[in-house]
Amino acid sequence: MRTVGVLTAIALALALQTTLARFWDGGGAALDLVLVVVVYVALTSGPVTGMLAGSAAGIVQDALSIGVIGTGGLAKSVVGLVVGAIGQQFLVTAALPRLVIFLGSSVAHAVMFIGIYVLLGLGSFPSPWAGILTQALGNTAVGMIAFSIVEVFPMVIDRSRLSRRTRY
Amino acid sequence: MSLLDVCQRPGYLFAAITVGHIILISAQINSDRGIPVLETVTFGAFAEVQRGASATVGGVRSWWSNYLALQTVRDENVGLRQDLSRMQITLQQERAMAQQSRTLEELLDLKSRSPLVTVAASVIAGSASPDFRTLTVDKGTTDGLGPDMAVIAPAGVVGRVITPGARAARVQLLIDRNAAVGVTVERSRAQGVAEGNGAEMRLNYLAGWADVATGDVVVTSGIEGIYPKGFVVGHIESVERGTGGLGAITLRPAVDFSSLEAVLVVTAPSRAEDSELAAGSGTRAPE
Repeated sequence: MRTVGVLTAIALALALQTTLARFWDGGGAALDLVLVVVVYVALTSGPVTGMLAGSAAGIVQDALSIGVIGTGGLAKSVVGLVVGAIGQQFLVTAALPRLVIFLGSSVAHAVMFIGIYVLLGLGSFPSPWAGILTQALGNTAVGMIAFSIVEVFPMVIDRSRLSRRTRY
Repeated sequence: MSLLDVCQRPGYLFAAITVGHIILISAQINSDRGIPVLETVTFGAFAEVQRGASATVGGVRSWWSNYLALQTVRDENVGLRQDLSRMQITLQQERAMAQQSRTLEELLDLKSRSPLVTVAASVIAGSASPDFRTLTVDKGTTDGLGPDMAVIAPAGVVGRVITPGARAARVQLLIDRNAAVGVTVERSRAQGVAEGNGAEMRLNYLAGWADVATGDVVVTSGIEGIYPKGFVVGHIESVERGTGGLGAITLRPAVDFSSLEAVLVVTAPSRAEDSELAAGSGTRAPE
C-alpha cells in the first residue's frame, strides 16, 4: 500500500512539475517537486524506501527530460538514502531540522547532478550557484508547506469529527 | 506492503532486478528512429498524462476566462474595433506595397520562394526536470513530425523537435543549455552561434571586430540546416568588450517561453531554402 502511495506521489509530482514548468519564466530551475517527494518519502519511510523512491523517480524524470538517463536517478537515490538515514538517526519532526534537511538535500542534489555532468564532460554549467540557491529555497518552501498540510489535515478532520459528536 | 518487505522476498526481488536490467538494457539500445526505447516508451506513456493534465488546466482557465473574467470585454471590444479599422487601412497600404515589390521581383527575375510547410501544435507540458528546458506539444509522428524539425512562434524561433512520439513530441527550447543555433546580426550581417545557458542565450563565435550593439536583432542564419533562415531569435541585451575584442554577448530570446500556448512545427523547408542547402551556400540576400 505504501509502495502504491509513493509511486502515486511521484507520478503526481511529475505531472504537476510538467504542467507548471511551462509557466515558470526563465527559471526552469525554480522548483524540483520530484525531489521534494523523494525527501518527504525518505524522512517518513527510511533510507531503503527513500533510495528506491529516489532511484525510480530520478530515472523516470531523466527519461522524460533530455538528460542522460541515470544521472538524476543516481543523485536522487543518494539523497533518498542519506536523508532517510538522517531521519532514522535524529529527531526531525520540528520545523527547523526539516528546513535544514530540505535546503541541504536540494543543494546536495544539484551539486551531485552538476558534478556528474561536469565530471563526465556532458555539459557546462557556468555560474550555477544562483540557480541552485533559488531552487533550494523553492523546494524548501514547498516541502515545508507539504509537511504542514499532511500533518495538519488529519488533525483538522479529527477535530471536526469530535466537535460533531459532542454536538449530538 | 512496504518496499522493505519486497526486498526480503526473493521472488519480488528477482522480479525487481529483472525489470531493472531490462530498463538498463533498453536505455542503451535505440529504436528505429534513433531514440532510446526507454525514452520513447516513457515519453509516449507520460505524454498522455500530460495531455490530461493540460486539458484539465485548460478547462479551468477557459472557464475562468469565458465566464468570470468578462468584466472589461465591452470596453475592450470598442478598442479592438478601432484597432481593426486602423489595421484595415494599414493592410491596404501594405497590399499596395507588396504588389509593387512583386512587380519589381518579376522585373529583376528573382527566385520565388514557396512558403514553409508547417503543422500547428498546442503546448501541453513543460520540462520534467528543472535542469533542462523543454516543452511537449500535442502533435507527433502521426502528424508528420520528426526529429530536428524547427519549431517557431509568431514572435520568433522556439526550438527544435528532439523526441517525436506517436501523438506528442518533445521540443528542446533555444535557451536549453545543450541548444545552439547559427545566427546573423540583422543590422551588420555578422555571423555567430547562439547557445542557450538555461535561462537566456549567449552569442559566441563572432569575429572580434564584428559590429554588434545592444538592441540589435539577431535572426537565424539557416547554416545548421535545422532552422529556416531569417527568423528572429532574439535581441542583444548586453555586450562586454575585452582587450582582444568582443567578450560575452547576452541575447534575450524573442519568444516568451512561459506564455507559449501554440507553435508551428516546420515539417518541410521552403524550396528555395532546400536548394540553397543542397548547393551548400548557406547564405542568401536579406529578405
